[in-house]
Amino acid sequence: MASREEAPKVNAGSMADIAFLLLIFFLVTTTIETDAGLDRMLTRPNIDVPPPIPERNILPILINGQDELMVDKTIIDLKDLKDITISFLDNGGASNESENYCIYCQGERNAKSSDNPDKAIVSLMSNRETTYGVYIAVQNELVAAYNHLRNREAQRLYKTDFTAMEVLYANAETPKVQKDELKKKIRSIQKLYPMKLSEAERQ
Amino acid sequence: MSKFAKKKDGELPAVSTASLPDIVFMLLFFFMTVTVMKDSSLKVKNELPVASEIKKLEKKDRVITIYVGKPNREYEKIAGTEPKIQLNDKFASPSEVGDFILMERAKKAQELQNVLTTSLKVDKDANMGLISDIKLELRKVNALKVNYTTGSGDAFNNLN
Repeated sequence: MASREEAPKVNAGSMADIAFLLLIFFLVTTTIETDAGLDRMLTRPNIDVPPPIPERNILPILINGQDELMVDKTIIDLKDLKDITISFLDNGGASNESENYCIYCQGERNAKSSDNPDKAIVSLMSNRETTYGVYIAVQNELVAAYNHLRNREAQRLYKTDFTAMEVLYANAETPKVQKDELKKKIRSIQKLYPMKLSEAERQ
Repeated sequence: MSKFAKKKDGELPAVSTASLPDIVFMLLFFFMTVTVMKDSSLKVKNELPVASEIKKLEKKDRVITIYVGKPNREYEKIAGTEPKIQLNDKFASPSEVGDFILMERAKKAQELQNVLTTSLKVDKDANMGLISDIKLELRKVNALKVNYTTGSGDAFNNLN
């Protein structure tokens, strides 16, 4: 009789093969997902006619079928778009006495540009032939302009970046108490510079 | 001197493969954690544009994905060479997007139905005309939350 003390050794030589099989299975059936992008809220389909908006409160951006960019009737380079948008949003043209006066704006206060950030509307028009990549690049610059201004205000009020607060808010590990507080702060900053982006298509 | 005389030359010691399983398991765990299961195979070219101001997408069960791009070489005969919409596993026309969203929405849990995001995975060479058609359909079925899914990078790289 064989001694009970000695358990027979299991041969582990094929362990690697088994692990390789599993590895190859996962390689074949899964993908590395891209899970980030530009968030955008579409407007509701409305039937009623919108109220007239003074022209100074609209920043018209056009992209034509040849992917050329036009703002305010002049063709511009994409890299200038961010600065143009910032100066438009941050203009605060309404006079001191009017109720629309913007206290926190640091722009030129040009009476011919937007009254205040709440009134300022960016209108983005694209053509059917416009390339999607260019459209995304333009969208990205517009978001960058808003983020720049929102970061500035968040730094002034809460000593932190707006984008950093958003990342923290989206993080699942952030405790609920902190999230509620963050939500309030994010809302208040969004109220200072609300994103008013109107999109239309031109044939 | 007999110590040295013992050495036989010409015979290399075998490399131990005992740690091979550990290495392979490490690789396995890496792939298990960073990847997700494929749910539909791509039939269109899907080279996403890049952007820098991106936000992370919501959890996967709250997202409906729509792919747009040129059909792959093997589908060119049935779908043509112009950019097409892919919903789940088949090509579709813009008018079918609305029904697709409603169907996908009905599949989700009740409490998630109001917080769904539509992720648009569009090839960077596609035209805006098709995207506008999709957006129009999305607005009709009140799926207003949209995410233009992109890679991360400098947006100016999209221009060429």
